Amino acid sequence: MRLTASRLARACLPGLLTGLALPALAAGPDPDPADWPAVLAEARGQTVYWNAWGGAAATNDFIRWAAGEVGDRYGVTVEHVKLADTADAVSRVLAEKTAGKDTGGAVDLVWINGANFAAMKEAGLLFGPWAGDLPNWRFVDTVGKPAVTADFTVPTDGFEAPWAMAQVVFYHDTARLGDPPRTMPALLDWARAHPGRFTYPQPPDFLGTTFLKQALYELAPDPSVLQTPADEAGYDAVTAPLWAFLDDLTPHLWRQGRAYPQSGPQQLQLMADGEIDLAISFSPGEASTAIANGQLPDTVRTFVLEGGTIGNASFVAIPYNASARAGAMVLANFLLSPEAQAHAQDPDILGYGTVLAMDKLAPDDRARFEALDLGIATLSPAELGPALPEPHPSWATRIEADWTARYGTAR
Amino acid sequence: MRPLRAAPALTLVLMLGPVLAGLAGTLAPALGVFPALGGHTLSLEPARALAAWPGLWQAVALSVGTGLAATLIALGAVTLFAAGWAGTRAMGLLERLLSPLLAVPHVAAALGLAFLIAPSGWIARALSPWATGWQRPPDLLILQDPMGLAMIAGLAAKEIPFLLLMTLAALPQAAPARRLTIARALGYGRTTGWLKAVFPAVYAQIRLPVYAVLAYSMSAVDVAIVLGPSTPPPLAVQVVRWMSDPDLSLRFRAAAGAILQLGLVLAALALWRLGEVGAARLGRRWAEGGARHMAEPVLRAAGLGLAALAAAAVIFGLAGLALWSVAGFWGFPDALPDGIGLRSWARHGQALIAPARETLLLAGLATALALALTLACLEAEHRFGLAPGSRSLWLLYLPLLVPQVAFLPGLQTLALSLGAGTGRGTVVLAHLVFVLPYVFLALSAPWRAWDPRHATVAAALGAGPGRIFRTVRLPMLLAPVLTAAAVGFAVSVGQYLPTLLPGGGRIRTLTTEAVALAAGGDRRIIGVTVLVQTALVAAPFALALAAPRLIYRHRRGMRGAG
Amino acid sequence: MTGLRLETIVLARGGEPLIAVEAHVAPGEVLSVMGPSGSGKSTLLAAVIGTLPPAFTMTGRVVLNGRDVTALPPEDRRVGILYQDELLFPHLSVGGNLAFALPRALRGRKARRARIEAALDEIGMAGFADRDPATLSGGQKARVALMRMLLAEPQALLLDEPFSRLDATLRDQIRALVFARARDRGLPVLLVTHDRADAEAAGGPVIALSDQMTTTSRGGKPLKPTEE
Repeated sequence: MRLTASRLARACLPGLLTGLALPALAAGPDPDPADWPAVLAEARGQTVYWNAWGGAAATNDFIRWAAGEVGDRYGVTVEHVKLADTADAVSRVLAEKTAGKDTGGAVDLVWINGANFAAMKEAGLLFGPWAGDLPNWRFVDTVGKPAVTADFTVPTDGFEAPWAMAQVVFYHDTARLGDPPRTMPALLDWARAHPGRFTYPQPPDFLGTTFLKQALYELAPDPSVLQTPADEAGYDAVTAPLWAFLDDLTPHLWRQGRAYPQSGPQQLQLMADGEIDLAISFSPGEASTAIANGQLPDTVRTFVLEGGTIGNASFVAIPYNASARAGAMVLANFLLSPEAQAHAQDPDILGYGTVLAMDKLAPDDRARFEALDLGIATLSPAELGPALPEPHPSWATRIEADWTARYGTAR
Repeated sequence: MRPLRAAPALTLVLMLGPVLAGLAGTLAPALGVFPALGGHTLSLEPARALAAWPGLWQAVALSVGTGLAATLIALGAVTLFAAGWAGTRAMGLLERLLSPLLAVPHVAAALGLAFLIAPSGWIARALSPWATGWQRPPDLLILQDPMGLAMIAGLAAKEIPFLLLMTLAALPQAAPARRLTIARALGYGRTTGWLKAVFPAVYAQIRLPVYAVLAYSMSAVDVAIVLGPSTPPPLAVQVVRWMSDPDLSLRFRAAAGAILQLGLVLAALALWRLGEVGAARLGRRWAEGGARHMAEPVLRAAGLGLAALAAAAVIFGLAGLALWSVAGFWGFPDALPDGIGLRSWARHGQALIAPARETLLLAGLATALALALTLACLEAEHRFGLAPGSRSLWLLYLPLLVPQVAFLPGLQTLALSLGAGTGRGTVVLAHLVFVLPYVFLALSAPWRAWDPRHATVAAALGAGPGRIFRTVRLPMLLAPVLTAAAVGFAVSVGQYLPTLLPGGGRIRTLTTEAVALAAGGDRRIIGVTVLVQTALVAAPFALALAAPRLIYRHRRGMRGAG
Repeated sequence: MTGLRLETIVLARGGEPLIAVEAHVAPGEVLSVMGPSGSGKSTLLAAVIGTLPPAFTMTGRVVLNGRDVTALPPEDRRVGILYQDELLFPHLSVGGNLAFALPRALRGRKARRARIEAALDEIGMAGFADRDPATLSGGQKARVALMRMLLAEPQALLLDEPFSRLDATLRDQIRALVFARARDRGLPVLLVTHDRADAEAAGGPVIALSDQMTTTSRGGKPLKPTEE
């Protein structure tokens, strides 16, 4: 009898103990990206937990590719922690800080931008500065793409490294909608004539919020105030036209605005099912990629609004208590390499814009980009038009709160 | 002998400790205490912020309404079905059909149902355009409707198999055949007689499972994300949203909301209890009133219809997702895809290997631990003659009655501050909280029903307790032990929040993948993931059924033993 | 002193005395305990074999061949038991059931197997070792159960209405077999039954347990009147 009980204990305990005792090891001095060989040496053998939104197959595939490359070349194991929401990673780091776990954290690298970055930077949850010292930083287009150093107007200060450019586009199915509306008032008129055929992801989903900001740009009396904090710029007056517009638009939305898609990619399925005729995207190549995957019919095309659309950069950041900081830097640096950037821009892969400056690249590397067939539904850089800078994060916060009060709770 | 004697206490600590500790860890920020965010003093500010949120009353009404409605529908369907069909072949058939559905993870069932009933879903496709005239999906608010009807349907469809199996397990104690014979001899119809003479005894047995269904339905997050409304969502979903908002100050409001969720569940349970008393009074008056026939054919048809509908919803939903996983382009209103191919499997299958392995490992560890503890408890009960009171059953159900959002976030913070960190060990412990009750419930009845004279005979033959346990009791109870293990395995595989939060996000299982993918809405990859997930749950059940039959194929006395 | 001695045994539940027994069963002798169901017969057997439920208390001593076994766990008492159900282990073969009972001291697969074959032969069931016990007839099951018990080399035998499930002809046959084996091996037997024929066939002394709970010593002198 004693034997049985102790056997039970023997069978169970090792599993418990290994699970409980492992973390809280890696600390050591901060890796310095200026001494890159030392970073590479330290990174070898590390496992990097890359926390990145996992809702789209295309990005998941790209991350898996990058993980394989970094593993082969630098001996760094990359695990993609698929998030339903980037803020989950923020919560995790916060919970660790709460518990006083200042080393050996669970998050090594996080795909981030905008409000999440602002919140983490402000709360001292980030490691850095490091991004400006990455070897591949010299290729970054800091002049032509100011968004790579100002994330939603918040200076990145080297606490995050850019890896993709995004710009708002819309896509439509030419089989059902030949000439799409190219201004917000035109969109409203079209929606009145075609009720139930347009929607946008439900804020605070970032793409839904982006739609609101895009509308605000067009409708606000003076869009330049969006670069300053909302409280200083007379928030109520600036946003009044937006709410008037939404009050008119909402009854003509898909499901009369009583339900919304919960994410951007969910619009792809709605489009493929023929429920909606046009949709917003933050990735100029998304439609081409989706056509290549059989998710959308090949009659889908991309368009932009008159007067420009919002553009921003996607970044990666390292939490202050990350376990594998050197490995995370190696991965971030790889993401900035011309090879990875060209791979990401391939519409068959991801269709994301590059953050690099073509004139800073060697001819071979430039050729990688020139060789890309951007796909039938992807606009050329000229067609894409000017990229408007993201408003100050305070706008998004207040617009989201007000949107939820006005439309996010059934009236 | 001493470790075994301590087994019941250890089991209770492992099962209830995390719940209580987690509740404390949630209560603190709900009262304004969260040092890392600058909350150092007690304050009612979080409660005030919660009250000021414009969607609060709708979110609360949704939680309570959907929970009560789903529970009432599930209980009603099961009762009518059992009343009209107990002991018939139709019952046997549906029982065999429904029991495997118990194992289908909630998320999988919800995603399958979503594709069935959406305006662009399979039912609409099958009827279009020839019957409906729809060339494009109609703009109908079926999924995510503000009343939560789709969510109620999904929850009820998934709880009907659970309550039905609980009812069938409880039936023998109610001596249904004798009671029903007497009632029918007195001139009562089959359904009426069953409701009047058998149901009260059955309900007393399934009361706790019904409470668990009510608590779960009110607090489900994964099902609500897929099927529930979003303007606003039910309270539990909104709490999880606040937890993951970039505005960190919302954590206080989230904690207050989690405590409110706990209060709502307790209040709803109290309300249900009141309803029980009222229903009992009315029922007695009805029973004493002497009415013998009450629309018998209608009630019987309703019972069969609802049970069959629940089975069909889950089965066709999974079939639809299976088809998506091999579909080429599949536009509306085609009832079947243009082409069939393994492209999605080739593309996504590989990425599922690691989460599938993790799922297996977690479920294996949690199940092994739960099984060991359960066996130790039951064996201690047997050897030391410990008589389990009715109170111990309540303790077992406690983790199933406390909403997950109310204690898991607190548990996460607590695990970190104890230096346990987040990782597989913490996740296994969190899973154990939910796996243990189910394993215990599944195993205790057959274990206690075992004829103890076998042990006396073996002891008289010179076998000590250890040898009796190993060579007599365990082999004789192999089938129920394996079934309990399969139940525990399925419970572990289906856990979403208990994987997400204590795992620090590093632990990726098929369920966390499925919920993350649900946000993307890509039906092909959802189909692949859900199928793998369901297969992973179904395999242990098949094994639990097949292994004893194979091992004891030459032992007639072992057939039908549990 | 050989045989089974029950020395001033008093069984009580919740402080209420239930049975009192003072008895000596000599080797090869059968002591029959008779009484209606609920009179505490089975509790007495549980006390002797060592599986008394915790709700009961016992005073007095059980002495087997001069060895006080009162404090020993059941597996160390060397007291065999037969119930009305054969309780053959359903997951083991006939041979497996017998092997379960064989002492560990008998070493080697071959030797153990040979002993089992011999035992089966002894009860007229040669070649049954690999059979599924569930496929045996009632009489065969009873004989296997008996042989299984004997193989464990007990020093005393308890019989809990072991013949009540058998039909009349089989009952006589099995009864004779059991008593003969016990006598051959010089085992003291404690038989609990409500069938007077069992007690008569046993031929030994009889203790009658009744509602008015009087229990007697072997000499027929009441030890202590108690109430149930």
